[in-house]
Amino acid sequence: MRPFTYEKATSAQDAAAKAAAMPGARFIAGGTNLLDLMKLEIETPSHLIDVNGLGLDRIEEIDGGGLRIGALVRNTDLAADQRVRKDYAVLTRALVAGASGQLRNKATTAGNLLQRTRCPYFYDTNMPCNKRKPGSGCAALGGFSRQLGVIGTSDACIATHPSDMAVAMRVLDASVETIRPDGTTRAIPIAEFHTLPGETPHIETALEKGEMIISVALPRPRGGTHIYRKVRDRASYAFALVSVAAVIQRDGKGAVALGGVAPKPWRVEEAEALLPQGPKAVADRLFAGARPREDNAFKLTLAQRTIASVMAEAKA
Amino acid sequence: MKFDKPAGTNPIDRMAVVGRPTPRIDGPLKVSGKAPYAYEQQDVPGKPAYGYILGSAVAKGTISAIDTTRAERAPGVLSVVTHRNAGKLGKGRMNTAHLLAGPKVEHYHQAVAVVVAETFEQARAAASLINVDYARESGAFDLAAARAGAKDATGSDAPTSVGDFAGAFASAGVQLDQTYTTPDQSHAMMEPHATIAAWEGDSLTIWTSNQMINWGVKELAATLQMPPEKVRLISPYIGGGFGGKLFLRTDAVMAALSARAVKRPVKVALQRPLIPNNTTHRPATIQRIRIGCGSDGRITAIGHESWSGDLEGGGPEAATQQTKLLYAGANRMTALRLAVLDLPEGNAMRAPGEAPGLMALEVAMDEMAEKLGMDPVAFRVVNDTQVDPEDPSRPFSQRNLVRCLEEGARRFGWNRRKAPGQGREGRWLVGMGVAAAFRNNINGKSGARVRLDRAGGVTVETDMTDIGTGTYTIIAQTAAEMLGVPLAKVTVKLGDSAFPVSAGSGGQWGANSSTSGVYAACVKLRDMVVGKLGFGPGDAQFEGGQVRVGNRVADIADAAKGGELVAEDTMEYGDLAKTFQQSTFGAHFVEAAVDRYTGETRIRRMLAVCAAGRILNPISARSQVIGAMTMGVGGALMEELAVDKRFGFFVNHDLAGYEVPVHMDIPHQDVVFLDEADDKVSPMKAKGVGELGLCGVGAAVANAVYNATGIRVREYPLTLDKYLDRLGEVA
Ligand SMILES: Cc1cc2nc3c(=O)[nH]c(=O)nc-3n(C[C@H](O)[C@H](O)[C@H](O)COP(=O)(O)OP(=O)(O)OC[C@H]3O[C@@H](n4cnc5c(N)ncnc54)[C@H](O)[C@@H]3O)c2cc1C
Ligand code: SF4
Repeated sequence: MRPFTYEKATSAQDAAAKAAAMPGARFIAGGTNLLDLMKLEIETPSHLIDVNGLGLDRIEEIDGGGLRIGALVRNTDLAADQRVRKDYAVLTRALVAGASGQLRNKATTAGNLLQRTRCPYFYDTNMPCNKRKPGSGCAALGGFSRQLGVIGTSDACIATHPSDMAVAMRVLDASVETIRPDGTTRAIPIAEFHTLPGETPHIETALEKGEMIISVALPRPRGGTHIYRKVRDRASYAFALVSVAAVIQRDGKGAVALGGVAPKPWRVEEAEALLPQGPKAVADRLFAGARPREDNAFKLTLAQRTIASVMAEAKA
Repeated sequence: MKFDKPAGTNPIDRMAVVGRPTPRIDGPLKVSGKAPYAYEQQDVPGKPAYGYILGSAVAKGTISAIDTTRAERAPGVLSVVTHRNAGKLGKGRMNTAHLLAGPKVEHYHQAVAVVVAETFEQARAAASLINVDYARESGAFDLAAARAGAKDATGSDAPTSVGDFAGAFASAGVQLDQTYTTPDQSHAMMEPHATIAAWEGDSLTIWTSNQMINWGVKELAATLQMPPEKVRLISPYIGGGFGGKLFLRTDAVMAALSARAVKRPVKVALQRPLIPNNTTHRPATIQRIRIGCGSDGRITAIGHESWSGDLEGGGPEAATQQTKLLYAGANRMTALRLAVLDLPEGNAMRAPGEAPGLMALEVAMDEMAEKLGMDPVAFRVVNDTQVDPEDPSRPFSQRNLVRCLEEGARRFGWNRRKAPGQGREGRWLVGMGVAAAFRNNINGKSGARVRLDRAGGVTVETDMTDIGTGTYTIIAQTAAEMLGVPLAKVTVKLGDSAFPVSAGSGGQWGANSSTSGVYAACVKLRDMVVGKLGFGPGDAQFEGGQVRVGNRVADIADAAKGGELVAEDTMEYGDLAKTFQQSTFGAHFVEAAVDRYTGETRIRRMLAVCAAGRILNPISARSQVIGAMTMGVGGALMEELAVDKRFGFFVNHDLAGYEVPVHMDIPHQDVVFLDEADDKVSPMKAKGVGELGLCGVGAAVANAVYNATGIRVREYPLTLDKYLDRLGEVA
């Protein structure tokens, strides 16, 4: 770990302004991802701005319907919230499928959205990795890529985004609300929040320099059956090989987003129109143009079968 | 004392303490955090500095330049030790690669330097400031590709052949010829390899985590080129080893070198991401099995070949071991073939040989039973043998495999097993599988010292280790039984090279061997007690804290009135192990469910029935078998060190990438021990059990998955990607 300085922000705008002014500054929330990466010198911030204690840890109802989740709400608290359990159950299910109880007690909404990939080569600083060290190459291409992405990837990077929570938020059409160093705020639709790697896999979100997440807004509840199905090699405490978040209505229409397959929660709205035609039609549309590797091509089959499982469960 | 003829009746047979379910005597220390592990030892002279190891960034090549100046100038840094300033180092007999690289690099993450600093964080930060230039060389990293160039193993691993295997196989009415693979595996023990080293003049003390104290002393002395008498090794508590701590590893060497460099104690723990590539692992295998049978189900030919790889000078994974002994059959062959690979060094991991060997053999047996249209339990029963099939003049000392299988089948409800692919519960495909468990019993020479004090207290000292297995407790039970005192009167001191040399912990030899050593010392102490009490010769009874010969009775404490009595002895073995084949047996039953959509396998129920001689402590024996069954599930379903065949290393080298079972993976587990006592193995009449519990589990899981799905997977681990496309359409 490199030496760093530390301060507590006094307000969200103060945090954003400081982050923009100080080169090498980073926000720290629960620290469950950032600190691990700092110990391995994958992240090397020179200054940490602590955004805990700014009153951003509340869940509030939005006038006219919907929920506003503070950026610092812990994953445990978000999953347990009665309103979330009742109206956005897919989110609770996704959250409790992630990490462990201890980690969820620390992990925050914003931190979860911004957690970094679990590509094993990203974690080994002896290896080339365009995401960790732009321009160094990608060791995962031609290497062990069983966990990695099959769609939305590029020749520079095939990593996935590992969050479960974000997949549920994508299916719920959440928007990420931020504040910029100049004090202006904006709402970024979750669909546009995470970016695809292209030539620049080190850029992972639409956030600008210093921009800080203050909350995530969920639109009015839409009813339906909420399912989160996470497939993995062991029964818990593992990242998804494939996950499916779905909200399916009585008439068979619905929304579906996938985790474990792409650099961002993967949802293709046109594919949802094909739900009445069955899982194959949906999967074919979702994965049109997929570029799997030899050892992760199974994810295409797995995704289709998991969608089938979710559709069967929704019907039952 | 020498054990060279079958044991008669002896004081252990009373089983007033031995054999009783006894909670571990070190339990309160462990749950209250008072049992210090290597890194936490406080008896160190002076405040230790911290060492942090830098591992090689390449798998093979040479260090062309190494610049430590920035690291040396970093805050808190006291020294940086590399091959350039470490002095001349030897190599232990049991290490294949060197424990400090340079200029040659023999494998990925081989130690290149250790940074010593005032704090752990300073040492770690400075380690990243070391600049190493490597001249990388290409290497052999792919077992399948190296298979063709593999050579027959030699010595006790050399090929075996009895009768005419080729002819008998060719003419067999029913034949099976299949190939199975098992991956590289990591021990993944909880406690990392860790050492504190301190020098006093030219004497070295290390507090470390090592299964084999005496090996450790000799190997460290050989590496540092110093007399073994000058090395003291202390390892009283070990947070798991599974074979990964049988040998001297770099934490001990680097701590010793650092402590010498900075002239104060130094502590070094291997960081988790370094462990899989820096230390040893269980090597991958490719195994070909051929079985020929008559239509009566009797095996006429059985052949087992296994290919594995290791660094130059290393050894094979002895996966054919059990096939020499497990089933009858007049015509047989085995062969171990070893390829040279430049991956990290392979070596023993829990039940080396049998664990991966049975993962193949017991699936082959399942496949053969199906070809024959026989029940897999019945097929194994028909092919039982009571003699060594390679040398029928050698009977087994005791062999109750058939009872294990039949008892297990009855308890598990085996008769409810359906045809492959027929068990359905909602979205789950459900099936049952069975496999035989087999592991040889090994006895090792083992010494102990027993002291009797004035208050009638007994202290046992031996360099035996407790790797979490429960050794403290069974040794206390043995001494209490032999001397007729309550368990609470016995103190056990382990894991110190100042104590008599024991067999150590490994190969499931520890429990029987170490307690036999304690038995020998207690026999000697009993004679001393009787002598001190002035009782004439006769059959002395030690019971209830008293000694009785004929009608003379005295408190045992009276014998030590004039001063502590000390007896030391070593148990050695004659050739009973040559006359009789000594092995342990069991049967594993597994019920597994496979999600018909996603292919996820979840275990539902497991049962192990074990025949392993006298069970010294049913509580700790059971927990050994439960742990082993859990490890077996990991091996069957998820554990695999993924090899990067370009860079030559294990990619998933931390506990996020190398998955082992979590609580949710482990369902209801049951263990049954047959009531046995084997008088041919030792006066304790006990055998090993800690590895038996793992042997066959993987195959039982694989067979259950087959029974559930009708799909046979022959490459471990059975991850869903290997059979998803064969699982049948889902709407
Ligand atoms: C062992 C382990 C297993 C895990 N398993 C899973 C799993 O199965 N599924 C899953 O989804 N996740 C899993 N996780 C990841 C976990 O969910 C994340 O570590 C956690 O959500 C991160 O939240 P945090 O608050 O601790 O973030 P931090 O570590 O504090 O921060 C993460 C990033 O977010 C930035 N940041 C934080 N707050 C803000 C803000 N308000 N505005 C802008 N930037 C901000 C930080 O600068 C940093 O870059 C696992 C983690 C571990 C360690
Ligand atoms: S896939 Fe992405 S994260 Fe992984 S090594 Fe390649 S560039 Fe790095």
